[in-house]
Amino acid sequence: MGNLIKITPPLTDKDVEKLKAGDKVLITGVLYTARDAAHKRLSELLDKGEKLPFDVKGQLIYYVGPTPPKPGQIIGSAGPTTSGRMDAYTPRLLELGLKGTIGKGQRSQNVIEAMKKNKAVYLAAVGGAAALIAKTIKKVEIIAYEDLGPEAIRRLEVVDFPAIVVNDMQGNDLFKIGVEKYRRL
Amino acid sequence: MRHIPSLEITQKVKELCIKAAYELGKDIVGALEGARNKEESPLSKEILDEIIENAEIAQKENVPMCQDTGIAVFFVEIGRDAAVDGNLEDAINEGVRQGYSEGYLRKSVCHPLTRKNTGDNTPAIIHTKIVEGDKIKITIAPKGAGSENMSRLAMLKPSQGMQDIKDFIINVVKEAGGNPCPPIILGVGIGGNFEKSALLAKEALLRNIGTPNSDRELDVFEKELLESINNLGIGPMGFGGRTTALAVHIKTAPCHIASLPVAVNIQCHAARHKEVVI
Repeated sequence: MGNLIKITPPLTDKDVEKLKAGDKVLITGVLYTARDAAHKRLSELLDKGEKLPFDVKGQLIYYVGPTPPKPGQIIGSAGPTTSGRMDAYTPRLLELGLKGTIGKGQRSQNVIEAMKKNKAVYLAAVGGAAALIAKTIKKVEIIAYEDLGPEAIRRLEVVDFPAIVVNDMQGNDLFKIGVEKYRRL
Repeated sequence: MRHIPSLEITQKVKELCIKAAYELGKDIVGALEGARNKEESPLSKEILDEIIENAEIAQKENVPMCQDTGIAVFFVEIGRDAAVDGNLEDAINEGVRQGYSEGYLRKSVCHPLTRKNTGDNTPAIIHTKIVEGDKIKITIAPKGAGSENMSRLAMLKPSQGMQDIKDFIINVVKEAGGNPCPPIILGVGIGGNFEKSALLAKEALLRNIGTPNSDRELDVFEKELLESINNLGIGPMGFGGRTTALAVHIKTAPCHIASLPVAVNIQCHAARHKEVVI
């Protein structure tokens, strides 16, 4: 099993270099949420040469569309969604300095190449562990696209948010390593 | 004729929506615990522990186990001596509206092209069947998109036999990888026609885990498939491990002499289904 590493965004190239496929990370600090609809809007802003609602440089984007908070909660259940749906948008954001994304499932070769080029990582959170993950989220603020409801961009403050490094900047892929280890022919 | 007020249906559907989102079935929890004890990968053991802990938190704190509370799918068996006072579909949709609002569930239904959210998780997908008796049985099986998106259907040729069916099913699981939140449950529909095979696959998911297939040959085939799938090594979340699937459930129906439809409906570990008889 990999190492346990604590990280706090914004991340530098040096921070990212330390993360290897299979490592467990605990994130404390800020995460930005965005999924399908928000990514589409971010991409449209870039097409028009306009500014994004937050500076992605050094930051991590968490692919999540939480359930509405119950009275007394700040956020509902908040597990990761399938990252592959964001593949078309991710390389552009990595070019702007985004240091990583958090979701579940595999990324495309394009995204993997863009991560190597821009020194970024892909982290996975445990899909379906939404009630458990929500407990690490301490503050929530909608910063853009409130009309998108669960798909709005939120700024989360998290403490010890757990994730696993899937793709590191050297090009290692936990999905390939793990499956090869446990496959029986 | 027994009259059933549509308000009663709405009330029960509302309760089902909320209960399904908060409480994972005992059969699934048991299967997850069994898988955890057999898992060889230390990381995957931890993942399974987290999934089990998550289900406990959801039930104890009355919160959704997964943020994707799904599109609401219903199987309704209507006794031929039962009469609903009012429109059955409207009553169910009103129950969904109330359940997703009062249960603080995510509204995940939108127009397919404009992508505009309908705002209340309706319309539900409702499958009805007329049966004997004067009761109505309503089963809810809310379905998230992570696993639904990885489901596939193939119109095989009759010349293709069991091996090709097996290869197709295993390939679907392989291509899905970590996307559908493994450990998964596989619903397989063989036969019927294009839409019937898909429906069979979904219905197969309703069977409790651990209950054998009533057809002995299919039961053997299910176990053989499960072994081959778990030998793929995909493991929980795709990180590598022994537990890729918890169960394979197959349903069959006669088909056209020129067809061999095979549908594979993938279900994530948050395999939610609840039922009520009115």
